[in-house]
Amino acid sequence: MIERIGHRTVQAIEGVGRAGQFIADMIRAVPEVGVWARLTLVQMRRVGVDSLPVALFIAAFTGVVLALQASYTFTGAVPMYFVGTLVGKTMMLELGPVLAGLALAGRVGASMAAELGTMRVTEQVDALETLAYDPQSFLVIPRVIAGTAMFPVVVALAVVVGITTGWVTSLALLGLSTPEFIKGLKLFYQFKDTWFGLVKSASFGFTITMVGCAVGLSTRGGAEGVGRSATNAVVYAAIFILVLDALWAAVLLR
Amino acid sequence: MIQFADLVKSFEGRPVLTGLTLEVRDGETMVIIGYSGTGKSVALKHVVGLLAPDAGDVLVDGRPVSTLDRAALSALRREIGFVFQFAALFDSMTVGENVALGLRRRGLSDEQIEERVAEALALVDLTGSGDRMPAELSGGMRKRVGIARAIALRPRYVLYDEPTTGLDPVTAAVIDRLLVRTRQHLGVTGVVVTHDMRSAYTVGDRIAMLYEGRIRQVGTVAEIQATDDPVVRQFIEGRPA
Repeated sequence: MIERIGHRTVQAIEGVGRAGQFIADMIRAVPEVGVWARLTLVQMRRVGVDSLPVALFIAAFTGVVLALQASYTFTGAVPMYFVGTLVGKTMMLELGPVLAGLALAGRVGASMAAELGTMRVTEQVDALETLAYDPQSFLVIPRVIAGTAMFPVVVALAVVVGITTGWVTSLALLGLSTPEFIKGLKLFYQFKDTWFGLVKSASFGFTITMVGCAVGLSTRGGAEGVGRSATNAVVYAAIFILVLDALWAAVLLR
Repeated sequence: MIQFADLVKSFEGRPVLTGLTLEVRDGETMVIIGYSGTGKSVALKHVVGLLAPDAGDVLVDGRPVSTLDRAALSALRREIGFVFQFAALFDSMTVGENVALGLRRRGLSDEQIEERVAEALALVDLTGSGDRMPAELSGGMRKRVGIARAIALRPRYVLYDEPTTGLDPVTAAVIDRLLVRTRQHLGVTGVVVTHDMRSAYTVGDRIAMLYEGRIRQVGTVAEIQATDDPVVRQFIEGRPA
């Protein structure tokens, strides 16, 4: 038992060390702009545009559910225009970034881990190195920049879609008028609601892509290893998202 | 010149190389033979710094590879072409883009890259295949693209990791002929890792047998064919123990 705890502790410390080394290697490769700049545009399309359908789909239904749950909770106790407040605040501050983040941890994180993992086990990463490319500048930096830059865009659109479906639901099913919904939406709005959600999204994008790349490049053991890496990337990214979510709330919302 | 100087490497406590010492002279093709899992590919990967030794080193033109900083290692890699066992082609790129990738890194113009890619593909008899994807190619064609990618860089050294493994005898002979032709055309120094003796006799100037982590015997093709060493004899004749 004690031996197992000790072994796990050593593994955890080694993991932190490897993560630190990975980030240091990435920072060192940043000056190779000529290598990563062109590739970043390709990744921005893959991370951003290709992720939109799943993020918007989730946001659309979240908006509907939020409006209905708010109405169910408020009936007879709180003015109904507060439905707009709850839908807006919740979508911007929490559910927009977190649900999109968790969904994209699966779509983007797993896909990156599997892609880089396959490249690792088929010696494509070694081939890159023998051609005098740094895998960090060729593979990692474009993905991490694309994730960090595009997640806020995806989340912003998801928030807009969520609020829109919440508004449509309020009109169609709850008997609210548009001015009432907008009154609620504007009631406690602060600009901080917007930038807080976007900063949080950028940190999620950074984390998901970083984890996907780090796990992918450390893949060992053929097809089974690639499958394990894809799963690990999703699990680790989901854990980091939830921890970061709490951290951002503690730091910026108090 | 490439020198393996008392190279030691183990993985998770399992010794693979236990003091490999070998000299590859300029202009020659050295073939390293040995049983599967004896560390032939591991030795090759030390030459380009893909693996770091536990002890000893590889010296390329006197430069100890394991002590080079990133810039020096990158400069060294520009002088060496590496042909991987399963070609290691980038499957999201066309054949032409695969061959061009290393050239792009060297800062050549688009015209120069196009010219070099065409020349390299012609040398491996794949003219007109530049737009095909690796997934559309046979195993032999993939290996030829891997060779084209390495020689397009006009390197001083080319390292071949099991160039004929997994190929039918005719395709293997085509690859062997290609290796000989590459050397004649470009005058490069080559290191070929293989356990295919027919290939070793065809492409090698000298042959070294790796056994239990170190060189058991090194000699010309004729010397190896006439060896008295029972271990080498058993291997080259393909006799079971």
